[in-house]
Amino acid sequence: MENLIALLVAAPLLGAAVLLCGGRRLDAVGHWIGTVLAAASFVIGAILFADMLGKGAEEREMTQHLFSWVPVEGFQADVAFQLDQLSMTFVLLISGVGSLIHVYSIGYMEHDERRRRFFGYLNLFLAAMLLLVLADNYLLLYVGWEGVGLASYLLIGFWQHKPSAATAAKKAFLVNRVGDMGLSIAIMLMFAWFGTFAFGPVLEATGETSEGKLTAIGLMLLLAACGKSAQVPLQSWLGDAMEGPTPVSALIHAATMVTAGVYLIVRSGAIFNGAPDAQLAVTVVGAVTLLFGAIVGCAKDDIKKALAGSTMSQIGYMILAAGLGPIGYVFAIMHLVTHGFFKAGLFLGAGSVMHGMNDEVDMRKYGGLRKYMPVTFVTFGLGYLAIIGFPGLSGFFSKDKIIEAAFAKGGTEGWILGGVALLGAAITAYYMTRVMLMTFFGEERWRHAPTPSPAEPSVEPAAETHGEHAEPHPHESPSSMTIPMIVLAFGSVFAGAFFGIGDRFIHWLEPVTDHAHGHPPVSALTVTLSTVAVMVIGVGVAYAQYGRRPVPVAAPRGSLLTRAARRDLLQDDFNHVVLVRGGEHLTRSLVYVDHTLVDGVVNGTAASMGGLSGRLRRLQNGFARSYAVSMFGGAAVLIAATLLMRAV
Amino acid sequence: MSFPLLTATAALPALGAIATAAVPAARRTAAKWLALLVSLATLVLAVVVLVRFEPGGDRYQLTESHAWIADFGVRYELGVDGIGVALIALTALLIPFVILAGWHDADPLETRSSRWRPTQGFFALILAVEAMVILSFEATDVFLFYIFFEAMLIPMYFLIGGFGDRAHAGTDEKAAAQRSYAAVKFLLYNLVGGLIMLAAVIGLYVVAGNFSLQEIAEARANGTLDMATNTERWLFLGFFFAFAVKAPLWPLHTWLPNAMGEATAPVAVLITAVVDKVGTFAMLRFCLQLFPEASKWATPVILVLALISIVYGALLAVGQRDIKRLVAYASISHFGFIIMGIFAMTSQGQSGATLYMVNHGISTAALMLVAGFLISRRGSRLIADYGGVQKVAPVLAGTFLIGSLATLSLPGLAPFVSEFLVLVGTFTRYPVIGIIATFGIVLAALYTLVLYQRTMTGPVKPEVSAMPDLRVRELVVVTPLIALLIFLGVFPKPLTDIVNPAVEHTMSDVQKQDPKPEVEAAK
Repeated sequence: MENLIALLVAAPLLGAAVLLCGGRRLDAVGHWIGTVLAAASFVIGAILFADMLGKGAEEREMTQHLFSWVPVEGFQADVAFQLDQLSMTFVLLISGVGSLIHVYSIGYMEHDERRRRFFGYLNLFLAAMLLLVLADNYLLLYVGWEGVGLASYLLIGFWQHKPSAATAAKKAFLVNRVGDMGLSIAIMLMFAWFGTFAFGPVLEATGETSEGKLTAIGLMLLLAACGKSAQVPLQSWLGDAMEGPTPVSALIHAATMVTAGVYLIVRSGAIFNGAPDAQLAVTVVGAVTLLFGAIVGCAKDDIKKALAGSTMSQIGYMILAAGLGPIGYVFAIMHLVTHGFFKAGLFLGAGSVMHGMNDEVDMRKYGGLRKYMPVTFVTFGLGYLAIIGFPGLSGFFSKDKIIEAAFAKGGTEGWILGGVALLGAAITAYYMTRVMLMTFFGEERWRHAPTPSPAEPSVEPAAETHGEHAEPHPHESPSSMTIPMIVLAFGSVFAGAFFGIGDRFIHWLEPVTDHAHGHPPVSALTVTLSTVAVMVIGVGVAYAQYGRRPVPVAAPRGSLLTRAARRDLLQDDFNHVVLVRGGEHLTRSLVYVDHTLVDGVVNGTAASMGGLSGRLRRLQNGFARSYAVSMFGGAAVLIAATLLMRAV
Repeated sequence: MSFPLLTATAALPALGAIATAAVPAARRTAAKWLALLVSLATLVLAVVVLVRFEPGGDRYQLTESHAWIADFGVRYELGVDGIGVALIALTALLIPFVILAGWHDADPLETRSSRWRPTQGFFALILAVEAMVILSFEATDVFLFYIFFEAMLIPMYFLIGGFGDRAHAGTDEKAAAQRSYAAVKFLLYNLVGGLIMLAAVIGLYVVAGNFSLQEIAEARANGTLDMATNTERWLFLGFFFAFAVKAPLWPLHTWLPNAMGEATAPVAVLITAVVDKVGTFAMLRFCLQLFPEASKWATPVILVLALISIVYGALLAVGQRDIKRLVAYASISHFGFIIMGIFAMTSQGQSGATLYMVNHGISTAALMLVAGFLISRRGSRLIADYGGVQKVAPVLAGTFLIGSLATLSLPGLAPFVSEFLVLVGTFTRYPVIGIIATFGIVLAALYTLVLYQRTMTGPVKPEVSAMPDLRVRELVVVTPLIALLIFLGVFPKPLTDIVNPAVEHTMSDVQKQDPKPEVEAAK
């Protein structure tokens, strides 16, 4: 059975290879090849899952060793897989949501001439993401880690003719590389201290390692997680990443890739458990991002960017939970899975709205769409109820547990973290209600305001830019798009209850991640009631602002905070001024220094040492060749003379 | 006596060079085919060397030894260890691609008379360089090595100065002047390095009494040949300086961007992927083996210079406006990694450095040759003259992207394996240097992706709108290189198997052992 593990990765990898090398011949069937291979991966995953359920909780881990990757003295890196309950959870999420989004993309990308390539990239992403969660050592995980980064780069920049897309893709890769530095250094530290970077030996060795070392490794892993999961201070790429086609935003930048940081921390739980300082840093990053993303989400008029802020914020919850240690790991993953359902569903819904609205993304030019897109409205609405934590739906169960665990951390920290998480829940309810009201309710603002052309003029019409200037005719999307939305809505409604009731999810993951029951200073019921109460407040405030009053088509100037939040709380401007401008100045001055100083000094030294300065001047006067020949002749004579002298 | 395989591997391209040069003026195409066939036959011989070499066997294999200048103690001694075998294979592998990529680079301009034979000369010179580089990797006699180390400057000089890039911004005269400047600068830097090395070579002879690498190294190892500390240090510096110029190491690097910028793309590949490797190879073979104590003495300074090369080269690459100069500065950064790996003196560092030499050769060849195809289409080296190429030439853009990703060491492609080994190998002994070097991976992503973005994405510039995609000849060049990058990234074992024993020997030469992991050391 364990021999099937490699096939999980191999199927989509094969798809990527065939689709990207196949050429135009495959244009007609490319999307089917991609979808079938993604689904194959899901089926294999399901078979392995069934097999796993048949075994006792402690015997569920499977391993498969393929070959020795980098055999060098003292350094052992293998291509080997490890499938345990944690990996299994991800495998099902990735291949399941991935397959749905393949299906959705068949309709969504129908008019794109490069659809085959799009599916090739999607398959490449699935292969890399599955490799990431199946690797049995950190170096192989790194391959998947950068592999998803590559796929993300290719897909964000899929419409490369748009400069904004190309810039966003490059930015995503670069910011991620900063995080990758953390992962590199973490692996180097493990190698220097433990002599290995395989999960098993490293996580076992944590018991006999000093706290300082574990903290160092933990902080480096946190840096890596910040890059991949768009956490403060490396969050700036995620908003721009919305330049990619919407199915990409749903799959990569909401449901799966951006949660890889959470996986990394939970997988490395043993390291963090021994490093309270690193854990504290993790919770702080999570708490800060949770608010940061939520605030940004409140101010964006672009529906995808509002959802991107929300993603950031929700991953902040997961990171926060992962930083709490054994009382939070299970809930971090549980929220990750439920979020995978409802956020992917919300993005697909947003894509469906855009599909019907001439690819308009400005919510101020939506309004009243529920009549025209009933399926999208209902599925999006269920996703909305799930994310705000409406009692009984998925988000309610998973988010409530995280807030509870945050309070249970104890002491002042517990109160602060719990308070932040609670505040975040209120803001979540606010901005999501805002999205909901601006899109599906209220006046039909698109009637009198035909969509203007996008900010970046495109050279030729592509899927998201065709038919601009015309008044939109909102319509429901084809069934290839609505069916995945319905499936995801189903998950958004029931997954939480399924996981949460009877502690099913805890029992499932406990053998891998450990679990400790947290004891919040107030009763669990109080926490739950407060969560519901702040949610109601958030919804109420949003309703008062956007439901009862008409929404202006042009964005009002807004308060200072609103304006800052529209600009991602000025963090991007800081980056631009300090890193981009500063870097440009640095490289420009270095080019100058290299040209004049280094070159000049070395030339000068060489010239004066060899007594050649006069010759050099001639050289620059254009006698180069004659000079070189004479120089070479001189050297030859010198060599010959030395030889002769020696020989005599 | 057995068949002198090593001599044959070098003699074949040497004879091929003469034959190519002798092809009549009118038969240009025949000269090209001849050169290509010779290079392919050399590749076959190199593969035979690879197969015959036994990784677990003697340190130097396939040895040949003949008296040459008896009075002087110079012998014609050849032999290869795993590192030499790997680099010979790299050289023999790349030359056919260089020839194929430069197929039309030396076609005579119509204004010249029919007696003018640049084509024959161009391909003959490439083969001559190949012969000398291969001999440098084979020679186990210090003087013999020195001769070829220096002699390869002559054909390289003419290749740079005589066959410049036709895509030049300035007038013909200006182009010619810049080309001569680049060629002379290349020659001067390397000659000065070579002359200093010559003094050290003679000094070594005075101390040791012969030129045999094996004899001297053996005598050094078992204590029969003592060198005063200062003597050893001076001799080491003499050798190292020459190799550092060729490698090139900061601040001796400034000839490389000129040379690579002005030369045609295939010649630029010849410089950075093949010829420069002799420098890093010689550091491993001669500096560490002959002067182990001095090598350790100089290590801190060399590591700092290597670190500067890594960061400085990458920053300079970010600031370039010329595609080929950008690749040149990227190479300087990469050579910093190689030298760092050599002098970190750990198994991982040195294995990584050797793999790095091979992988950098392949990845730079892929990137630079595709860049050359791009440049030849538009007639400009300036990044700003391009834009939106992926729309009109998607295959060209795709291969360029893969070359870029290899250059930034994306995991899954060959350069990642070597770069990570070098970083880990350095980190275990010098954590601070290892961490700073890690910044190189961010900067590498910056310069490669900015290059890709500016040339390949965005709206299609009118000047590139009619650009044809890669032709069959060009695909034949690029596809095998990309396949190798992927293969060696996923399964580098065939290469590491050959390299590892040689690295063990070098490690015992310098009497260094890998730092033990702390958990193990504590037990």
